[in-house]
Amino acid sequence: MAETLQMAPADMPAPTSRIGRFLDSDVWASFTRSKLTMLAAALTFVFIAMAVFAGVFAPQNPFNPAELDLLNSRMPPLWDEMGQAPFLLGTDEQGRDIFSAILYGLRISLLVGFLGVAFSATLGITLGLVAGYIGGAVDAVIMRIADIQLTFPAILIALLVDGVAKAVLGGHLDEIMTLSVLVFSIGLSFWVQYARTVRGSVLVEKNKDYIAAARLIGLPAPVIMLRHILPNVLGPVLVIATINLALAIITEATLSFLGTGMPETMPSLGTLIRIGNNYLFSGEWWIVAFPGIALALLVLAINLLGDWLRDALNPRLR
Amino acid sequence: MTERPFVEVNDLRRVFDVSKPWLNRVLEGGEKQYLKAVDGVTFNIAKGETFALVGESGSGKSTVARMVVGLLPPTSGEVTIDGVSMSNAADAAERRRLRRRIQMIFQDPYASLNPRWTVGRIIAEPIRAFSLIEGEKDIAARVGELLSFVGLHPADGAKYPHEFSGGQRQRVAIARALASDAEFIVCDEPTSALDVSVQAQILNLMRDLQDRLGLTYLFISHNLAVVRHMASRIGVMYLGRIVEVSEGRELFTSPKHPYTRMLLDAVPDVGMTGRQRIPVQGEIPNPINPPAGCTFNPRCPLANERCTAEIPPLRSGVACHAVQEGRLAPHIAA
Amino acid sequence: MREGRETMSVPVLSVRDLRVEFVTRRGTLKAIDGVSFDIAKGEVLGVVGESGAGKSVTGSAVIGLIDPPGRIAGGEIHLSGLRIDNLPPEEMRRVRGRRIGMIFQDPLTSLNPLYRVSEQLVETIRTHTNLSASAARKRAIDLLAEVGIPAPDKRIDSYPHEFSGGMRQRVVIALALCAEPELIIADEPTTALDVSVQAQIIALLKRLGREHGTAIMLVTHDMGVIAETADRVAVMYAGRIAEIGPVRDVVQNPLHPYAQGLMGAIPSLEADAQRLVQIPGAMPRLSAIPPGCPFNPRCPHAFDRCKVERPEAIQHAEHRVACHLYDQSPARTEAVA
Repeated sequence: MAETLQMAPADMPAPTSRIGRFLDSDVWASFTRSKLTMLAAALTFVFIAMAVFAGVFAPQNPFNPAELDLLNSRMPPLWDEMGQAPFLLGTDEQGRDIFSAILYGLRISLLVGFLGVAFSATLGITLGLVAGYIGGAVDAVIMRIADIQLTFPAILIALLVDGVAKAVLGGHLDEIMTLSVLVFSIGLSFWVQYARTVRGSVLVEKNKDYIAAARLIGLPAPVIMLRHILPNVLGPVLVIATINLALAIITEATLSFLGTGMPETMPSLGTLIRIGNNYLFSGEWWIVAFPGIALALLVLAINLLGDWLRDALNPRLR
Repeated sequence: MTERPFVEVNDLRRVFDVSKPWLNRVLEGGEKQYLKAVDGVTFNIAKGETFALVGESGSGKSTVARMVVGLLPPTSGEVTIDGVSMSNAADAAERRRLRRRIQMIFQDPYASLNPRWTVGRIIAEPIRAFSLIEGEKDIAARVGELLSFVGLHPADGAKYPHEFSGGQRQRVAIARALASDAEFIVCDEPTSALDVSVQAQILNLMRDLQDRLGLTYLFISHNLAVVRHMASRIGVMYLGRIVEVSEGRELFTSPKHPYTRMLLDAVPDVGMTGRQRIPVQGEIPNPINPPAGCTFNPRCPLANERCTAEIPPLRSGVACHAVQEGRLAPHIAA
Repeated sequence: MREGRETMSVPVLSVRDLRVEFVTRRGTLKAIDGVSFDIAKGEVLGVVGESGAGKSVTGSAVIGLIDPPGRIAGGEIHLSGLRIDNLPPEEMRRVRGRRIGMIFQDPLTSLNPLYRVSEQLVETIRTHTNLSASAARKRAIDLLAEVGIPAPDKRIDSYPHEFSGGMRQRVVIALALCAEPELIIADEPTTALDVSVQAQIIALLKRLGREHGTAIMLVTHDMGVIAETADRVAVMYAGRIAEIGPVRDVVQNPLHPYAQGLMGAIPSLEADAQRLVQIPGAMPRLSAIPPGCPFNPRCPHAFDRCKVERPEAIQHAEHRVACHLYDQSPARTEAVA
């Protein structure tokens, strides 16, 4: 199940008839051959499920002050002799259950990751399609901007965009606005890779004769780009999107850790790590360790999936 | 010929800029470079006829094909189909109507069909684009009809191109060309990617369709035997120019231009008749830097000074000084 | 003459009941299924067939270049009496360089773009002989002259990209000749070339076979090239040899119904035909080779036996043909083409 979820965007936009086709495909075969990939997929699926159903799995709602009790603050994990049910991974200073905080933090991290990837992919694919298909000056302008942007680290661009956005929108933002700014800044810092890859594929595809056949019957350029070229350049995009999902989650965590990301009232994994960092040297290691482990495992699992996907979709390596 | 020919191609030229990028030119020096892919090509095609352009790589035959259908704008010259100019702005409205009647079949059936589309959707696309039939049911029926027309099963419409062999894909491409009720089909090396037994199937199919539907073909090929089998008239191209135009069989029984003769001699002889042949000399020169005068002169056994200076015009079907001056010994016919 | 020599001496290449399989997750595909042929000294054997017939795989098997998931599943390959199909890779590499030369469709795959032609030729010559550097260079120039490259002493120091397609293929042929191999495998050597250049390369190959006594296995889909070049021809279909015999006989009087169809399908420069002979259907995929004779679903003369029993190669005059129509045993029917 986890596997099909991961593969769905690539090969199965339509149901039933295509499922059999997919289960018979080389991609699926290479998936079932690699135990590591299956493990990574299972892990990713568990993370996503726990994030989506955080309200069900978490023993308390860490954002509801009524559920917090200062008497429960700074409890160690359950297996420590000081530990206490139901606080599996201990609690923080405010008596917040770390496990619950991780689940809700995971939700924020994944949300920012997915939205950031969706935004950057949309932007990058659109610009790549236009640059590759139209060519000439349009191509030159788009790709030079991309080149220039590539000389800056993505995190720097995200920080810059984040700072500018906050300055423009005024000093204090509510949680939703912060999240939007984060998605926007992550999106802007990752579109280049999509644009370059898509442009490269478009340059190959647009010289194929099926495009000539479409031009021959007088289809306008946007129709040819969307109907004919786009479906044929999505393979590599899927690989980038998967790997970038991990990168986006890390970028968000970094921004939150640096204090420009999600606020403590709606913490992501990065925010949790920042909070926990303060207690690292006073002995309450679990406050920072478990969110850190969760983040590392999530990113690792997604990266493994991305690596496998790249190999599986590349006919030369098959 | 009293009425106007269906397709008129008049002094068509196409120049490609093959210069290095601007920055490289500035840093490394070097002029802008141009490639004259097509250099003054003129021919007519009557309705219901098959006119073939034959030539080796770099002869410009495919560039002509792309200009005729309007995929590539000519640098100069004009293509007129059924009285409508393909480049004149005044004819824009009529040209849109003309587009439905012109189709093309491409060389590589693996690249000419969108791999993500079902065959049925591919064939239906021209029908939808020109709004020829309304209603999904009627379109599906027409697609089925077209599929059986080209020797496939109507149910094949649900399959994807990769499920077909090369020959079957070319049948799909033909069905797509017929979908808009085209009258004029430009075929760019339609069988050169196919095996011989499959080539025979496709060539037979194309001839059958011509007989049934009265199609007009512009047939591009490097294969002289295929061209002989298909064409009623043939133009031989060399480095962007037509060097000889002739009625189909005549080109093979009494070729005039030295290049045509050389080309015919070079074709491997399947019949093993042991015919006499002149050994072939040299290779096609770099088209960026073609020889002055007649482009064939460095390889031509009959070249003289005039040939290196003057471009021979196409006169009574041949562009050759030696022929026009009567210096040509009668060819020992194959 | 040639028949005499064939019986007298060991053939340069002898392939016996060769089988090549490709193991895929969907099962084992038989790409080559029981192919046998000989090539004598100085002889050009044409191997012709349509895509998927297994002609290139046969060539790769002879030079030991079948990579996984493919494998030689049976049979023997002998080079001048030495069995080579089971040699360790290191020894096979030596045999390949010294005793078997290779020419491929795309000359660029055989030439290193970063080195001058002279360096590649001299290195190859010196690997296989003990000539000094200057003697090797002289030999390289001689070789280039022999394959028809004008001004070889000047062109030898060019890079591969500075040659035209036809000239590049000549360089590859010179490279293949460096070690004076007994056998040259030429896989579609003229397919990427224009007709006028192709004719020159064909003439060159023919001359080499004649003058050096090199045995040549010429793999191509082009019957015209075979007719021009080969002494004998093997027509392959679905991984098997349908018919093998002297080229003139096979071209002008083919026995196997597939060979007959194939010859009729070729448009001719001489004969007029309103329609070409066409064989219905297409070559089966390797995963779906029909039982019995693999050609039976497309064969106009197929009868019951063809659907169940695989035809063995039968000697018929100078041909060997794998077709039940030519079986002289009692089960034979009268339906001969």
